[in-house]
This record gives sequence, C-alpha cells and structure tokens, in this order.
Amino acid sequence: MEVGLNHFLFVSVCLFSLGIFGIVTRKNAVMVLMGIELILNSANINFVAFAKYGNFGYQGQIVALFVIILAAAEAAIALAIVLNIYKTFSTVNVDEIDTMKD
Amino acid sequence: MTGNNLIDIALIILFLPLLGFTVTLFLAKKVKKIYLFETLIIIVAFVLSVILVFLKLNYFPNATTTSEVSWISLGSISIDLGIMVDNIAVLMIFVVSLISMLVHLFSIAYMHGDKRYNRYFAYLGIFTFSMNGIVFTHNILMMYIFWELVGLSSYLLIGFWYEKKSASDAGKKAFIVNRVGDLGFFSGILILFATYHTFTFDKIFHQISLGVIPFNSEFWLTVTGILIFCGAIGKSAQFPLHVWLPDAMEGPTPVSALIHAATMVAAGVYLVVRVFPILTSGALEFIAIIGALSAFIPATIAITQNDIKKVLAYSTVSQLGYMVMALGVGAYKFAFFHLVTHAFFKAALFLGSGSVIHAMHHEQDIRKMGGLRKKLPLTYATFLISTLAISGVPLTSGFLSKDGILAGTFAFGNLTGQWFFAFVGFLVALVTAFYMFRLVILTFHGEPRDKEKYDHAKESPFVMVMPLVVLATLSIFIWYTPNPFNPEQGAFLSKWVKAPTIVTPQDSRYSFLKSDEAQPEANVQGIQNVPTPSSTEAANSGEEITFSKTYTEAMEHAHIPAMMLSLFLAGIGILFAFLFYQWKKLDADKLAEKINPLYKLSLNKWYFDEIYDATFVALTLGISKVLAWIDANIIDGIVNGSATVTKMFSSFTGKFDNVVVDGMVNGAAYMSGFIGLMFRKLQTGKVQTYIVLVVFSLVILLFLFKSF
Amino acid sequence: MSLYDIIFYLFAAITVLSAFFVVTTRNIVYSAYYLLFTFFGVAGIYVLLGADFIAVTQLVVYVGGILILLLFGVMLTNKITNVQIKTGTVKLAPAAVGVALLAGTLFAGLLNTNWKTFVADVPASTAHTLGLLLLQQYAVVFELLGILLLIALIGAASMARK
Repeated sequence: MEVGLNHFLFVSVCLFSLGIFGIVTRKNAVMVLMGIELILNSANINFVAFAKYGNFGYQGQIVALFVIILAAAEAAIALAIVLNIYKTFSTVNVDEIDTMKD
Repeated sequence: MTGNNLIDIALIILFLPLLGFTVTLFLAKKVKKIYLFETLIIIVAFVLSVILVFLKLNYFPNATTTSEVSWISLGSISIDLGIMVDNIAVLMIFVVSLISMLVHLFSIAYMHGDKRYNRYFAYLGIFTFSMNGIVFTHNILMMYIFWELVGLSSYLLIGFWYEKKSASDAGKKAFIVNRVGDLGFFSGILILFATYHTFTFDKIFHQISLGVIPFNSEFWLTVTGILIFCGAIGKSAQFPLHVWLPDAMEGPTPVSALIHAATMVAAGVYLVVRVFPILTSGALEFIAIIGALSAFIPATIAITQNDIKKVLAYSTVSQLGYMVMALGVGAYKFAFFHLVTHAFFKAALFLGSGSVIHAMHHEQDIRKMGGLRKKLPLTYATFLISTLAISGVPLTSGFLSKDGILAGTFAFGNLTGQWFFAFVGFLVALVTAFYMFRLVILTFHGEPRDKEKYDHAKESPFVMVMPLVVLATLSIFIWYTPNPFNPEQGAFLSKWVKAPTIVTPQDSRYSFLKSDEAQPEANVQGIQNVPTPSSTEAANSGEEITFSKTYTEAMEHAHIPAMMLSLFLAGIGILFAFLFYQWKKLDADKLAEKINPLYKLSLNKWYFDEIYDATFVALTLGISKVLAWIDANIIDGIVNGSATVTKMFSSFTGKFDNVVVDGMVNGAAYMSGFIGLMFRKLQTGKVQTYIVLVVFSLVILLFLFKSF
Repeated sequence: MSLYDIIFYLFAAITVLSAFFVVTTRNIVYSAYYLLFTFFGVAGIYVLLGADFIAVTQLVVYVGGILILLLFGVMLTNKITNVQIKTGTVKLAPAAVGVALLAGTLFAGLLNTNWKTFVADVPASTAHTLGLLLLQQYAVVFELLGILLLIALIGAASMARK
C-alpha cells in the first residue's frame, strides 16, 4: 500500500495515545511533561501532514512552527513549576500531590 | 465629519480605561499618586463621551454606525469583532462614563488611607472598560465576553476587603449565582449561533425577519429568548437570583453606587433592550412575570431592613424589576428611560449613603443615625431630591420614567386583559415611596440616636459632595423634557430613543406589537411611533413599524390615569412614612407585632438564603454526605464478596484497589456503594485521575458524534 | 514498495517504538533518551512530508532545548546519590484500556473518513517561503510569539529562583 495521508495520521494517533498513556500512568512530573511533548509532536505531525495533503499551502507548516515555539515556552514554564513543586512537597510524584482535594 | 469618526471616538473611549487599568495596576506599588492618572483617564473618557453623545445625537440621530473586523474565520463562518454606535449605546456610554468619573472622584476621599488604594482604582478602570465593551458591542459573543469581565471586576470589588470573611464570601456568592444565570445566557447564544452561524445582532435579526428560526419552531425562539434573559436575571439580580446583590454591599460604597446600582446591574436590562426584537410574546410574558416578582418581593423586604445600604440594594433590585417588567409589557422606551434616570438617582442615593457612612465612621445601621440633616445639609438635600425621584414625585426624572412604565402596564392591561402587572406596578410604587421615606426620616430627621457619633459627624469634603450635587441635578425633569408632566415632549424620548423593529414572526407577537399593514402610521402623534430606519444594516428589511396604532392610543389613554394613581399612591406612601417615623402617630413596632409573620418574612428576606441553603446547598452536601457514609461503610465489604466481578470493576475504574470487608455485603448496598465511590472518588485531587476521566469522556463523545 | 515507503516505515517504527519505550521504561533517564529518538523520528517524518525547515527546527528546538531542559528537570528533582532514578507507575490497567479505546476510536474514525487529499508539489526547500510568510503575513503573530517566549523564559527563571 502506498504511503498516504492515513499513514501519517496513524503515526500521529499512536504518538497521541502513547502520550496520554504516559501522562496518566507515570508518577514523576517530568515524565508527565514528556507525555505532553509526545502529544504536541503528534499534533504537529497532523498539521504538517494536512499541509501537504490538504491543499492548505504553507499554513500548516507555519502553525507547526508556532507550536514548536510554544512547546519551548511551555517546557520552560513547566519545569519551573516542577522545581517549585519539588521545593514545596519534596517530591515530584504527582499522585502524592493531592492538596487540590481539600 | 463621518460616521467613522464616531467609531474612532468610541474605540478611544472603550480602550482608555483599559490603559488606565494596566498602568495603574502595574505601578500601584511603585507610584503613590498613580490613582490620579487613572482618574484623569476616566475624566478624558468622559469628555470624549460627551463629545460622542453630542455628535451622534446632533448629526446622526437616525443612523447606526458599525465597524467590524473578522476575528476567526472558519470556512464560511466568520466570527467578527465589532462595535456599534447607536443612540442607545451613546446614551448608555454617557451614563456609564459620567457615573464612573463621579465615583472615581468620590472614591479619592472615601477610600483615602486604604492600603490597597491604587489597586482599587485599577479595578474601577477594568470595570469601566468592560462596561464600555458591553455598551458598544455589535455582537452577542463579545457581549458575553465583556459580560464575564464585568462579573470579574464586580467579584474583585465586592471582595475588595477580602480580609473580612463576609466580604470574600459575598464576592464568591455573587460570582457563583451569576454563573447560574450565565449558563442560560451562553446556552441561548449557542442556540443562536447554531441556527444563524453568526453572533452579530443585525445579522441575526435580519435572518429572523426572513423567517429563519431555531429548529423551525417558534417555541424554540421563545426558549432562546428566555435563555438569553437568564443572563439578565443573574446580572440584574432578578428573582430568583437576586440574593447576591444585597450581599454585594460588602464592597466599598462607591463601588455599590457604580456597579451594583447604576451600571453593571443595568447591563441585564441593556441586554434585554438589545435583543428585544427577537423576543416573542411568550418570552416577553416570562420576562414581565420575573420583573414583576423582582419588583415586588425586594420592595417588601426593604421595608424592614435597618442597614442603609441593604435598603438601597433591595430598592435597586425592585427598580430593576420595574425596568424588566416594562420591557416585558412592551414599554421599551420607558424601560430604557428608567434605566437612565434610575442610574442617576440611585447613584446619588448610594454615594449619599456613602457620605453618611463616611461621616458616621462606617456606621451603617439607620437605627443609630437620625438628625443628620443639620450636620450634613448638602448630603441631605441631594439625598432628598433623589428620594423624591425614586418615589415618583413630580418635577423629578423618576416621576417621568416611572409614570411611563406604569402607563405601559396600564395599557398592557387594557389591551390584553392582564391587569396583574399594573397592579404590581402601582403596589410597588406605594411601597417604594414608603420605605424610601422611612430611610430618609430615620437617617436625617428626628433626634440623633447615637450622640457620640453624631457629634463627630461633619459634612464630607468637596470631591465627595460635588458628585452628589451633579447626580441630584440630573434627577430633575428639565434635562429630559420641558414639560414635567409629559416626558414625550422631550428630545430624549421623541428623538433619541426609538423603538426597535420587531423581527419575530407575526403570530408569535403580542397582538399590539403586530404591525397593522393597513395604515402606515409613521406620522401619528404619540408614543412608539417614530421608528425611522434605525440601522444601516439590513436589519430593517422587514416592516418598519413596530408598535401598532392600538398600542399607541392605549398608551395615550393610560397616561393620565396612571399618573394620577401613581401620584396618589406615592403620596399615601410618603404620608404613612411620616406618620410612622416622623410624627410617631402610628407605632411601627406595634404594627410589626400585630402582623408578626409578615414582619418576620420581610425581615428575613423571605427566607431566600435559608431556602437555598436548605435546598440546593443542603442537597449537594447531603448527597455528598450520604455517598461518603455509604462509601465508608461499604469500602470494607468488597474484597470477600464476589471478588472476580469486583476486581473487574476495580481494575476498570482503578478505584477498588485495596478495599476491605465490613459486613454489609448485599446486592443493593453494593451497587449504591459502587456509585457512591465513583462519585466521591471523582474528587481525588490527583490530576491524573481527572485526565483518565477526560479520556473516557472523549471516547464517549467521539462515539456519540461519530460520522462513521 | 518504493524507497519513500520504506523510509517512512523505518521512521514511523523508530518514532512509535521509542515513544512506547518512553512511556514504559521505569528509568527516567532512559525515557529521556528514548524521547530523543522519538523526536528524531518525527523530524524524519517531517522531511518525508516535505517540511525540511520544520524538521530542522524540530531537531534544534526539541533535541537541543527541550530535551536538555527535561534532563535538567530530572536531575534537579532527584537525589543524585540515588543512582537508579526510577519512577513508579499508577493505574496501568485502566489507563491501558482507556487509551486503547481512544486509539481504536481515532483509528476507526480516520479510516472511515473519506479525506479529500490533494498532493502538493514538494518544493526543494521551504525555508525561503516560510521566511517570507513569517515576516509578512504572520509578522504580528511571530513578534507576539517572540515576546511570549521572552516572558515565559523570564517568568520561568524568576519562578525557579524563588
């Protein structure tokens, strides 16, 4: 079967699901962040794939570029938050941080 | 001089307060005097809005100028941002910026010495910005955005003294109660968007006038109208969501004047004014009933309250109910008229009460006041004028607008045979006159009841008295009409405010709102009869006459009797107030004892808070408690019994991991335990659990809307 | 099967497999290294899609920036003496079921959708066009993103410093 749009979307769905899986199952906050990065990458694959197959010109690629920029900003902020969490709770295991319940 | 200049000015007015807010907030701690900058900004905005009003009403009295940019375009759907300058908007912007400016000035003295002085001014700035946004918007989505923004600033200002628990609680209450209404509002917006693929008022009106209605059923058009009105119920504190407004008096008094009396709470009425053309008779009737209840219930509560601000708060709800009721019975112009006049005299009353509270060193209990007229002559004079206005005494603005509303209910009764609204209207007029004069007499007349505080009281400084004088002056008839007994002769009603073109299908209107095609009546003398094409957009492609001749005539006929009756009733109310509290001919306490149940009912605000506590709040708490109990007792009862099924469920939800038996293992309890666990465990506080739930819901949604 | 297809399957396998290891390996440092391969594979996929500039950006930003940040995050929040930097997992089974359901639904959805595809010509290089677009049509967004990034970095620095 010739590689087409569906193949790329397939990879994207795999990445997305694995990202969700990582976010949900891992205890460590840094691991959760890695899951988020996977999800962002899967979204980006979609953008670029549709840019090629969807007759949208370069818009998809531009958006993908913006997503990468945002991911960089997000990673910086998220790590700062993780460090703060570590200072406050002395752990980065998200399942032990449940003060939101109160 | 073109319409574009109007747009430019409007944009500047809109964004100036935002600039003030940003600068003030960021420099609040660095620059002590930054509040002067914010005040200056608001003064500039006010001057510009005077210019805008002048230009608009003089040069373009019949045109509506809109300007829009595309914000998001999705295929054929485009979501636009835009502003619209029409007569109603400029009048409203004048009211907002004037009162905002006066409140800024007043606050300079009133809030002096507060530790978050500058931040207070910043909040006033963001409020003014959001309110301007509501006024100028040309589409309902922006309206909703700014709607939430005023809600936010209201929340911030109610809880401004958040160290006080009652204040922070009141802020939360206002926020949550408003959410209930906004839920309806947003649903209404979504229905409109789903049907018309646009948020712009004009385009929606145009499509309705072409006969496109939601789900092809007039019933749903009515539902949409009612849902949108729900937003107004929340924001304008209408029954049954009025409970937040009296509590909101925990905020600083100038804020109460600006937000919770004159402008923000009037935004609900403004919203109904904006969407008036799409309201069917069913929706209007609903609105009228809500308005009537909101006019009556708080009025009866206000009689027995002893906190000066609470009395005013309840009277605000009551007067807003008046406006809403007026819209419901079709007295569109008078509703807006009353909105404007009420904004002025109620702001004067609140600022006056602020002046009194300031003089009495933050004493708000009127039982401890009395005799203050000698100490605070100017405050007394302005307060008295505003009280006369709210009671509907001739020569005041309130008389004109209130009389118009009463005539409207009268005409409505005449045309439809429903006299309920007229009855409520007149009854409330009586009660209003009574409790307002009770307030004046207890506060300013008689002997001082708290000698020490009385001795220390002195007239407030100029910046506080000046706003009072300005607002009291605006409560005189002369600004609105040359003839103090006929508001129709003034430019305000005859030239500036025009009834909109109703676009709903003919047979879903009130009979008197139907356009009688037989006679074009653009020149008939009287009330709602000058609907010149009010829009440059295509909205008026339908018929241009909104109110039928019968209605016009009925209004004219109702005018005189309504005036006489309302005068008579206001007189009675004032007379009784004097009999009870000034001359002590009648004893209020004895009367209260005689009708004790009624007195208690009123004193306890009809037990609304208690009822809500006992029902909604208690229900929520009760369910949680029951579930928690079941949960605690059943947790142990699971490992032994039917372990395999349990494990399946437990692995499936991840909740049943380490449960132990207790002894109540039976089928029914087991199921309820399972449900209880599920509900309770929803709140684990762990983000990951929430994500799992989101994933499951996403799967469910995908299945629901699957296209394969 | 053309060469293009083979390369695609190669990169797809690298991406998906390493992503799988990212979320299943217990050692965080290993996870981070697997993530490197995932990013690399995604970059390869971008190249196959004719987006060379994006692919390079992906390598520079993700591998050079974000991954390093993540590694720092790992190191700063674990005691270095703890040689085996491991992390436990929670709720494996329900998560696996949920994710499998989600993935299945999405697959079903995309397989059953009739995409109107239109294969654009793949230009030799997209950098020129993207550069023009970024500085003309999307100039404001581009500038705003620059400011956002600056704010984010300053914010992150000040938050982490406290």
